[in-house]
Amino acid sequence: MSVIYILLAISIVVALLFFAAFIVSVRSGQYDDPYTPSVRILFEDEVVKNSTGRTPEKTTNSHPTK
Amino acid sequence: MEAKNCYHCGDPKGNSPVLFDDKTFCCHGCKTVYEILQSNDLGYYYELQGAAGSSPKEQERSYDFLDNPAIREKLLEFDDGEYQVINLYIPHIHCSSCIWILENLHRLHPSVRQSQVDFPKKTVRITYNAQTLSLKSLVQLLASVGYEPYISLEELDRPKKNINRALIYKLGVAGFAFGNVMFLSFPEYFDLFNGSGQDDFWLKTYTPLFRWLMFTFSLPVLLYAGRDYLIAAYKGIRSGTMNIDIPIALGILALFARSTLEILFNWGPGYFDSFTGLVFFLLLGKFFQQKTYAFLSFERDYKSYFPIAVTRVHQDGAEENIPIYEIGRGDHLLIRSGELIPADGILLSEKACIDYSFVTGESEPVTRVAGDRIYAGGRQQQGFQEMEVLKPVSQSYLTQLWGNPVFHKNKSDSFRRITDSIGKRFTQAVLTVASVSALYWLWADPSKAANVFTAVLIIACPCAIALAAPFTLGNLLRIFGRKKFYLKNTDTIEQMARVDMAVFDKTGTMTSSSRGRVDYEGVRLSEAEESLLKNTLRGSNHPLSRKLYELLKSYDIVTLDDFQEAQGKGISGSKDAQQMKIGAADYVGGALKDEKGQTEVHVSANDQYKGRFVFKNAYREGLSGVFATLSERKVGLAVLSGDHDGEKSRLMSMLPEGTAYYFNQQPEDKLRFIEQLQGRQKKVMMVGDGLNDAGALAQSEIGIALSENVNVFSPACDGILDATKFRYLPDYLLASKKAMGIIRMSFVLSLLYNVIGLYFAVTGQLQPVIAAILMPLSSITIVAFTTVATNLMARKLP
Repeated sequence: MSVIYILLAISIVVALLFFAAFIVSVRSGQYDDPYTPSVRILFEDEVVKNSTGRTPEKTTNSHPTK
Repeated sequence: MEAKNCYHCGDPKGNSPVLFDDKTFCCHGCKTVYEILQSNDLGYYYELQGAAGSSPKEQERSYDFLDNPAIREKLLEFDDGEYQVINLYIPHIHCSSCIWILENLHRLHPSVRQSQVDFPKKTVRITYNAQTLSLKSLVQLLASVGYEPYISLEELDRPKKNINRALIYKLGVAGFAFGNVMFLSFPEYFDLFNGSGQDDFWLKTYTPLFRWLMFTFSLPVLLYAGRDYLIAAYKGIRSGTMNIDIPIALGILALFARSTLEILFNWGPGYFDSFTGLVFFLLLGKFFQQKTYAFLSFERDYKSYFPIAVTRVHQDGAEENIPIYEIGRGDHLLIRSGELIPADGILLSEKACIDYSFVTGESEPVTRVAGDRIYAGGRQQQGFQEMEVLKPVSQSYLTQLWGNPVFHKNKSDSFRRITDSIGKRFTQAVLTVASVSALYWLWADPSKAANVFTAVLIIACPCAIALAAPFTLGNLLRIFGRKKFYLKNTDTIEQMARVDMAVFDKTGTMTSSSRGRVDYEGVRLSEAEESLLKNTLRGSNHPLSRKLYELLKSYDIVTLDDFQEAQGKGISGSKDAQQMKIGAADYVGGALKDEKGQTEVHVSANDQYKGRFVFKNAYREGLSGVFATLSERKVGLAVLSGDHDGEKSRLMSMLPEGTAYYFNQQPEDKLRFIEQLQGRQKKVMMVGDGLNDAGALAQSEIGIALSENVNVFSPACDGILDATKFRYLPDYLLASKKAMGIIRMSFVLSLLYNVIGLYFAVTGQLQPVIAAILMPLSSITIVAFTTVATNLMARKLP
């Protein structure tokens, strides 16, 4: 019967955890610049230098040849 | 493969393309950047976004002032002796390539430890090792790859501001409470729909727990998230202005007090879900309204236009870089070509050519000789000039304008917003309905009177009305932003809708600085003569020479046998027995005399007069159209120029009748002119571009700065309009009028909801569940209606 207390306690604790996570994310400045990270994540990881020539070659494992 | 544009910056290749590595570049600067990037394996820059670069400035600016410890200390965010952190504003940042290259700076120089771009603000924060890389070299490194930071005096003076995140926190608190309270109110609502009328055992046992939990969640909403509304209402009552916050605060307080009493005396579940939802929606509106263009500044004054440091020359000839605020009376300063004169003073060098267009609105540069007074704000055009300072920077003729109280006044405080203007009547109506129905119930059933009174206050809380303006105007603000018309805030749109007088500056506003029309009058020049003309012009730095040079066809570059420049008079060049003189009429020995109010360059070949080039102001495309449309709409028109009246007759032929013309206006005159108009109850829109308009822009109801490049300086204003969109200005004015119409329609819509709610309230049947459904529903209806309506309206907007 008193299981409702446990359930309520759990639900509130979980809610508070998310709320705390929100506060932390705002404090760390995540909401200050909502745009740049969306671009940054799309950059290729690395540009590998071609040992023979000066023209660099892109790593091709992310998209197969056409 | 023939590419049309420069591989690096995307500009047309021009007359002398540079070929390198199978790619074409418009200039050597672009090629150099390409080389730097390729040799550091940063070629991905070009793959990310084609032609994203900018060519580095030909004339390398001196960054010596960055070696001055006092200046450096003010610029740096952090400095522990070894590592330094600086946040630099780089106007060129515009695409993903820019982000990528700036965040890979460490590959260009190992001393850079970390760099992070904030794209909306166009800034990059760089952490670097100061022992191996000085700030000056860092800035030079950025400039060498085409990302020249913009460092101005304004940044030095501004205290490091804390970012205000209060609204996000409040929104978070209200949203968190809203969600949880809604969950907690479900048990009782479901029981209500059960309809058995008999109290469930389970509910009976646990209801108090649920209710007090809801109360706990609501407390921070009242005390923190909703606090601003209570404060604003209190201020409104004290100052006697009945703003919309009063009925909102009444609703908030009534909701909370009644709910608390209900659970205290076990009358019912209270309206905590409506209460938290109300505050959440209100804050959401506020949040939406707060669209800011982080990369633009609407608060700039002369400080962001002036250089940070100048070169002081000591008696013994030693040069020294000093911060601009240290300039004192009697100092001798060295002003390089293209630099700004920082203070009023006396010219010491023999002759100088100074462009005052930004300060006074004069369209052509003026020549000053030794001993002449020169004023702060002019741009020095030729060589090195020395001057003696008469007054420190803050007391100069130009900067005194900023002492005017109009610059310290908050425009938004001085007018009644549309929402506030109905606030008064609304409050009166709500209080009347509440009292009348309470009186009725006192007579019919006294136990219900208090209940009905608070129910009316609750249901009539003008949440939807308070949301109409933020969502309509906030949406329009974003739409305008996409059309390159950037407004400071939503109040500006309300002001725009009321404009009945438009005042335009001439130079730089009605005329475009880039396109000048040049007419040639006289004997046709032979090809050989034209080639010589062009080559002679090459040697001169005079602005008119540069302008003319750009206009002439390209000829092969030849080395002249002789080139002479008579400062302020003209230039002469000779090649293979051909001789040519270009300049003022008496210098050239022309048959045609200089006409007053006209800018001309005369040409003679072998002492034979050939003709003259007449420079005419090029007016912006669609200028007549803009004036004609505004005139049709009965908007008063005036031209307010700092220039001479040489163009008056041409303007009169282009612009509609009834336009007033004022020439030779000083910055203060412009300000006073606007003041006079306002004295006649006119709502004035001022369109300007330069520092000389700053006073008028600040004084007018709405000041719009026209800008060829929104990233560079524009004076303090309420809106920045991209110059290419100038001809659509009347459309934007009309759109803001229509937006006000949309707001009025949503008022009617929300009043309908209020009438339905009031029916439940005055008859004493307002169940919490009805309030919980009705209040969010009306808010969502308004948000949907205004968003759809503004988008439909804006579809036709060019």
